Amino acid sequence: MRLPCPICGERDRREFYYQGEAVALDRPAPDADERAWDDYLHNRDNPAGETRDLWYHDGGCGSWLVVHRNTITHEVYSAELARDVKGRMK
Amino acid sequence: MRFSALRVLKEGLTGNKGWTPHWRDPQPKDEYDIVIIGGGGHGLSTAYYLAKNHGLRNIAVLEKGYLGGGNVGRNTTIVRANYFLQGNSEFYSHSLKLWENLEEDLNYNVMHSQRGLINLFHSDGQRDAFVRRGNSMVNQGDDAILLDREGVREHLPYLDFEQTRFPIYGGLYHPRGGTARHDAVAWGYARGADERGVDLIQNCEVTGIDIENGKVKGVQTTRGAIKAKKVGIVVAGRSGQVAAMAGMRLPIESHVLQAFVTEGLKPVIDHVVSFGMGHFYISQSDKGGLVFGGDLDFYSSYASRGNLPMKEHVMEAGMTLMPMIGKAKVLRSWGGIMDMTPDGSPIIDKTDIDGLYIDCGWCYGGFKAVPGSGFSFAHLMATDNHHAPAAKYRLDRFRTGYGLMDEEGTGSQHNLH
Ligand SMILES: Cc1cc2nc3c(=O)[nH]c(=O)nc-3n(C[C@H](O)[C@H](O)[C@H](O)COP(=O)(O)OP(=O)(O)OC[C@H]3O[C@@H](n4cnc5c(N)ncnc54)[C@H](O)[C@@H]3O)c2cc1C
Ligand SMILES: [Zn+2]
Repeated sequence: MRLPCPICGERDRREFYYQGEAVALDRPAPDADERAWDDYLHNRDNPAGETRDLWYHDGGCGSWLVVHRNTITHEVYSAELARDVKGRMK
Repeated sequence: MRFSALRVLKEGLTGNKGWTPHWRDPQPKDEYDIVIIGGGGHGLSTAYYLAKNHGLRNIAVLEKGYLGGGNVGRNTTIVRANYFLQGNSEFYSHSLKLWENLEEDLNYNVMHSQRGLINLFHSDGQRDAFVRRGNSMVNQGDDAILLDREGVREHLPYLDFEQTRFPIYGGLYHPRGGTARHDAVAWGYARGADERGVDLIQNCEVTGIDIENGKVKGVQTTRGAIKAKKVGIVVAGRSGQVAAMAGMRLPIESHVLQAFVTEGLKPVIDHVVSFGMGHFYISQSDKGGLVFGGDLDFYSSYASRGNLPMKEHVMEAGMTLMPMIGKAKVLRSWGGIMDMTPDGSPIIDKTDIDGLYIDCGWCYGGFKAVPGSGFSFAHLMATDNHHAPAAKYRLDRFRTGYGLMDEEGTGSQHNLH
């Protein structure tokens, strides 16, 4: 599997650290209740098919990326800088 | 039909014409007392123990593919009871005891072979950790023997003891650890359940779970609707999708784990050898193939195959540990979908929905758990009480933070196990 880093171009999967479902972009408020934090920390949609997850370009530019890919076929559709995705969420 | 040496002899002499199918192929009924979703090892053993231990008969196991086509038929078959933490320790100890009597219980040859498992260590610190684990195993009533380097050499003379990266200091020897024939375990439980009246329904995918006023009423399937008083979800890597049918989100991420097998060789590896520092473990099947594997591919996946980086890593680790392996040709590799929890330990619990139960989160270690999990989950489903050896496998431990079982001590967070 190769991931298309927007800064470095297409790179081998080995250069990246996998963080998991991109829920980390949507952190609950510090005083949110236990369930919100449980959902954020532990519970996952865990989709079979298209997913958006967070990868860190450890062996490259050091950016956090949101990768849009398919968990069944391992097809990678696109990757965006996490800060751009986060910016759009506001 | 009972198996016996005499019967095998007789069939052998008469052209093997007297064998009958091991289970029926029934049509689904409209209604059951209990429906088990998933015909893997855990689903089949649950049905078997519901019938055997609790006298329940009106049970169906619904399997979307064929029996044993999931992880139960894809794993590397290691059976052991060398867990450290309370909660895990008593569970796996109970499961191993069930293994030790399984063939007689099922009247089925599951080829359980207690050939001994050796976990290698490569530093003083790692030795201390294994001493501690060994003591915990002994305290649980299981067996553990600390071997120094020469002790390991007596068992495993073919290892590269002097390698510069991970010189071998010794090993923790678990003589009762070993392997079993994975398919036979599924088949044996299937046959035992079927004999007791359980309907095993294949090619029957559950597509919905019917819930009314917080109570489960049945399931929707590709072979029609089926009513049920109680439903158990036992679908391993697919737990997230099936739980979603009941509106639940689980603390589970599905990851692919690969395994490899070489051409058949004469007996060369007599034990199960685990090389934790290299994320590599190996045993030899009774057919002669070297069966080995490593770590997860480390990103969520539902593909039953993995990627090249982990293949390369596993081969490198094998070469580091036992250079002789370089002469063997790898025949096949494959993957299975692992239901990974944040703390790496499983879940056997009720859900918030009345009559709906779940058994999942076995990560990469659920084969050895097949007897124990079925036994305890059947107990829970039949009596609504947690079975003592599995009483700590609670679903809410992630929310409350109470009772987390992080066996590897890496932190209770997705992607660390
Ligand atoms: C490569 C590999 C190596 C492993 N090595 C070991 C090992 O050495 N020791 C060990 O202890 N464990 C090992 N494991 C882990 C072990 O195989 C699993 O934890 C265990 O088999 C999971 O439980 P199961 O047998 O019930 O799963 P499965 O056999 O996967 O059963 C789940 C079943 O549910 C069915 N299903 C899913 N969705 C639906 C639906 N909607 N409707 C109906 N049916 C459905 C599936 O088709 C499947 O048959 C390994 C796993 C892999 C992949
Ligand atoms: Zn980059």
